[in-house]
Amino acid sequence: MTLVLSTEKLATKLEQQLPGSIIKSNKDNLLVNSGFLFNLASFLKTAPGLEFDFLSNITAVDYYDYFEVIYQLTSTKHNHSLVLKAQCYGRDNPVLPSLVSLWRGADFQEREIYDLMGIKFEGHPNLKRIVLWEGFQGHPLRRDYLSW
Amino acid sequence: MEVGPTGRYIYSDVDLDQHEGEIIEALKANSQQPLPDPDHWLQGKPERGIILTSVEAMLNWARRSSLWSVVCFPACCSFEFIATAASRHDISRFGMEIIRASPRQADLMITAGTLTWKMAPSVKRIYDQMAEPKWVIAMGACAISGGVFQASYGVTPGYNHIIPVDVYVPGCPPRPEALLYGINMLQNKIAKAEIIKK
Amino acid sequence: MVIKTEPIILNIGPAHPSTHGVFRMRTTLDGEVIVEMEPIFGYLHRSIEKLAEERTYTGFIPLTDRLDYLAAMSNNLAYCLTVEKLAGIPVPERAEYIRVIIAELQRIASHLIAVGAFLQDCGAFMTPFLYMIREREKILDLFEMVSGQRLTYNYMRFGGLSQDIPEEFLPALRKFVDQMPSYIDEYDQLLAENEILLARTKGIGILSREMALNTSASGPVLRASGVEWDIRHADPYSIYPRFEFEIPTGMVGDCYDRYWIRIQEMRQSVRIIKQAMKQLPPGPVRSTVPWLIHPPVGEAYAHVEAPKGELGFYLVSDNSIAPYRCHIRGPSLINLTALRDMVVGWKIADAIVIFGSIDICMGEVDR
Repeated sequence: MTLVLSTEKLATKLEQQLPGSIIKSNKDNLLVNSGFLFNLASFLKTAPGLEFDFLSNITAVDYYDYFEVIYQLTSTKHNHSLVLKAQCYGRDNPVLPSLVSLWRGADFQEREIYDLMGIKFEGHPNLKRIVLWEGFQGHPLRRDYLSW
Repeated sequence: MEVGPTGRYIYSDVDLDQHEGEIIEALKANSQQPLPDPDHWLQGKPERGIILTSVEAMLNWARRSSLWSVVCFPACCSFEFIATAASRHDISRFGMEIIRASPRQADLMITAGTLTWKMAPSVKRIYDQMAEPKWVIAMGACAISGGVFQASYGVTPGYNHIIPVDVYVPGCPPRPEALLYGINMLQNKIAKAEIIKK
Repeated sequence: MVIKTEPIILNIGPAHPSTHGVFRMRTTLDGEVIVEMEPIFGYLHRSIEKLAEERTYTGFIPLTDRLDYLAAMSNNLAYCLTVEKLAGIPVPERAEYIRVIIAELQRIASHLIAVGAFLQDCGAFMTPFLYMIREREKILDLFEMVSGQRLTYNYMRFGGLSQDIPEEFLPALRKFVDQMPSYIDEYDQLLAENEILLARTKGIGILSREMALNTSASGPVLRASGVEWDIRHADPYSIYPRFEFEIPTGMVGDCYDRYWIRIQEMRQSVRIIKQAMKQLPPGPVRSTVPWLIHPPVGEAYAHVEAPKGELGFYLVSDNSIAPYRCHIRGPSLINLTALRDMVVGWKIADAIVIFGSIDICMGEVDR
């Protein structure tokens, strides 16, 4: 059974390593400061005992004041999993760091989030529309998208 | 697109994508109303009726007995079409086992799947490349009216917005028997067509 | 004499006989060797995720069928597991066993098409494909007995199934399960030592272990590269811990390994179905659930081992009748991340075979 790591212990350990990176540790996920996201993710990928080598899923949700991007990480070596969340504010130009250089599996998923939600990922090698055509106006999966 | 030193175009993928996006937006703007169905054969002249000359009858028999379809397989209905063509419901008994991807040698397009605006220019190009006489069967609910996905921003509400459709086969997906019935209806329609114009 | 050549851009376009669905590859060729490849999709983007926000939870089940339309029962199962996790709905025993039987039958049906289409891409035009469809029609007959539909079933519900299996299902299933191993042996005998298949697939399109993990590949693609990761063993859902089965794992990660794994997985699925049929208890098939469910505020992510990989649903609920956000983790989309690296350096014909061996379904890629 994949062990879902306990977030309080992990949060204190990560705070020691990278102070200021964890904003809040909820029951089953960790809310991360978006400025520290890349460093935290690379620490999680390489630290002995953690070694999250498999990025299962990246999702974005539109809560009107902010966007929240959720990362599901799994370790095939130790068989445990973790959920990270990062928030970005503002509807005109929300920006987050890209994790493509750590896990290539983030490539198409981040492009899709850019296409459908409008969140830009800094450091992505090829950020352009993927499921919709160039010239499509707007970002359809946002809650305030009007199609008619 | 610029021209390089050897006389060929130099492409950048961003330019290509933008060019294609413009084609899609232009087609979408032009296709908001459905095209009229080609049903003028139903309003034939009463004195001529449906009694055809023997030459026309023979040509119609030849045309309807070996319809070759072109591959147009976007989505789920394609697997019911493949099942119709496979061993249990054999489509080859109607002369239709040739399903090639070449539009020039095809005279039937069975549209098996949802049409999105992004795919629409490609389907229209395939339809334009088919030689006359050509017919279209719209297979499935998505092909008739957009189906379950009609409210979506990316889905064309039916193939009859971009190409004229002869037979509509409802179902989601239609059973192979339903598709064979639709093909039969198309064959009856071809049998009554007037080819020789006086 | 030196001949000056230039690379050309060839569009293996959306309507092509061997792209499984509407998938486009913009390849840059140097002669016939592929130098660069860009996959383009989105030709079947039907915005299923957006439509989830306007339909009720139960009303979304038919739309999940249309995701991976070759394995529709697995999609239903994944969605129902997510809502049951979110709302805390229990599932009776008989329903769990029938769900496992149906999911494994669906795995066999999906792998039959995958192997048949793969062999069609390799050059054996229709022969193996028609053999595989002969078996698949028997499975579709079983599914039609159970749900009334051949392709998009809409059979699973929250808390179990929509209706119980009819009486003629179990004898027909017994007959199928007794015959199936001999059919798989027939395919193996025709294909395993076939010179042309070995020449076209051995050593072609190798995906190394590190690259497979890094690009989040899952399902047979990941297992062919040597990573023994199957969600039914690693993170079991439903009642999979009660069954004994092996996980076939490849060594090299080439096209032949991906093909071989699918054949072995079909054998393991038959084994699971036999065990489940022996242990099937009587009882209800659905726990009482209100017509319109209002899950509590929260979010849930559940994943299953679909035939194509790890299929996951992420649902956010705000206690209303429709999901606030539904995201689908489609395995085919994420398996495609590695396609460019697998294809560069090979010829066009190899690219078609490599693409066929990943086994994607465009309904999942574009959603």
